[in-house]
Amino acid sequence: MSDPIPFRPYAAGTQPSLDSPDYLGTRKRHPRHSLHKLPHTITETIGPAFSPALFPPMADMTTIDGRRALGERIIVAGRITDEDGRPVPNTMVEIWQANATGRYHHPADQHDAPLDPNFSGAGRVFTDADGRYKVLTIRPGAYPWPNHKNAWRPSHIHFSFFGPAFATRLVTQMYFPGDPLLAFDPIYNAVLDQAARQQLVSVFDFDITQPDYALGFRFDVVLRGRGATPMEH
Amino acid sequence: MTAATASQTIGPYWHLIEDKSWADLTRFGAEGERIVLTGAVIDGDGAPFADGCVEIWQADPPASDSFPGFGRSVIDRYGNYHLVTMKPGPVPGRGNAQQAPHIAICILGRGLMHHLVTRAYFDGETLNATDPLLTSIEEPARRATLIARNDAPGVWRLDIRLQGGNETVFLDI
Repeated sequence: MSDPIPFRPYAAGTQPSLDSPDYLGTRKRHPRHSLHKLPHTITETIGPAFSPALFPPMADMTTIDGRRALGERIIVAGRITDEDGRPVPNTMVEIWQANATGRYHHPADQHDAPLDPNFSGAGRVFTDADGRYKVLTIRPGAYPWPNHKNAWRPSHIHFSFFGPAFATRLVTQMYFPGDPLLAFDPIYNAVLDQAARQQLVSVFDFDITQPDYALGFRFDVVLRGRGATPMEH
Repeated sequence: MTAATASQTIGPYWHLIEDKSWADLTRFGAEGERIVLTGAVIDGDGAPFADGCVEIWQADPPASDSFPGFGRSVIDRYGNYHLVTMKPGPVPGRGNAQQAPHIAICILGRGLMHHLVTRAYFDGETLNATDPLLTSIEEPARRATLIARNDAPGVWRLDIRLQGGNETVFLDI
């Protein structure tokens, strides 16, 4: 039986270090031993397949039972490809975020900002055959967090991707262009490669913007591609 | 070629997408040997990793309409995760190798800038002695961090230590 084709290793500097000391939460949560190299086997090169029938899409996050959430309505859309530019079709995308005031609909979030009963902050979509996805939501607010004095998270939307294999799992955050808080955020800046950091910032896009309705932001995402040769060295 | 998008922490509020039913991989009617995979996830202070989650994926039994192969469990305030799944059998390794039965584990949470990957093997499996991953870990004590023990009939326990004494072997995949 021939070996499964492995996924390529991450490009140097493009992923954040587990030990990112400016983000205090990493200090007691990163392993001290180096990671143990595992050449990919069938366990890593295949992965779960989610169907919209069993995992119903929630592509409109702006209403609950027809009641509309407060805040600036936005459309976030983009394309998921692998590192070779091939689309990642029919894959599930999970989305969650704070409301327009910068508060999560979550008991652990005690930020003194109002909750919006018409905004739960959770969404789920699937890419089409060309790897494209689209979600309608509310622009999230910035909020303070206890990492350091006067620490504020820039406005962001959380995204979770699966792709075709266990090895392509990706959980990340999308940011907004021109946000002055980005320069001070230890989570965003834990990605040392400037181009890789910039990939996390969405792009304002008139082609996604719907006239008289909502501004559009493009967030394209790249999942690991398969290598041509096994990566054992 | 554009490099793969960078990971960012899942943060403390991922529960907004939590569906508790995902912790039971047998919920779609899978038939066969059911097991519980449970344990505690502990940080470098010995404190519970209370706001994260444990995801699992297994290549065997093969995913189907009745078995997703994938599950997700919240880590509770005591640091415990709890999943119900099917006992995996052996799967092919690279070359002519056979891999001992195992479940792939992905750990996500506040303070983890990238998910951590490890595996659960099962104590007492004959194939553990020749499994390519287990045999590539030289120190027996480190190897043991990947082996779940049988706590009660059908209940397998694997504690996961993120940092420090008896730190779990995490994988670069």
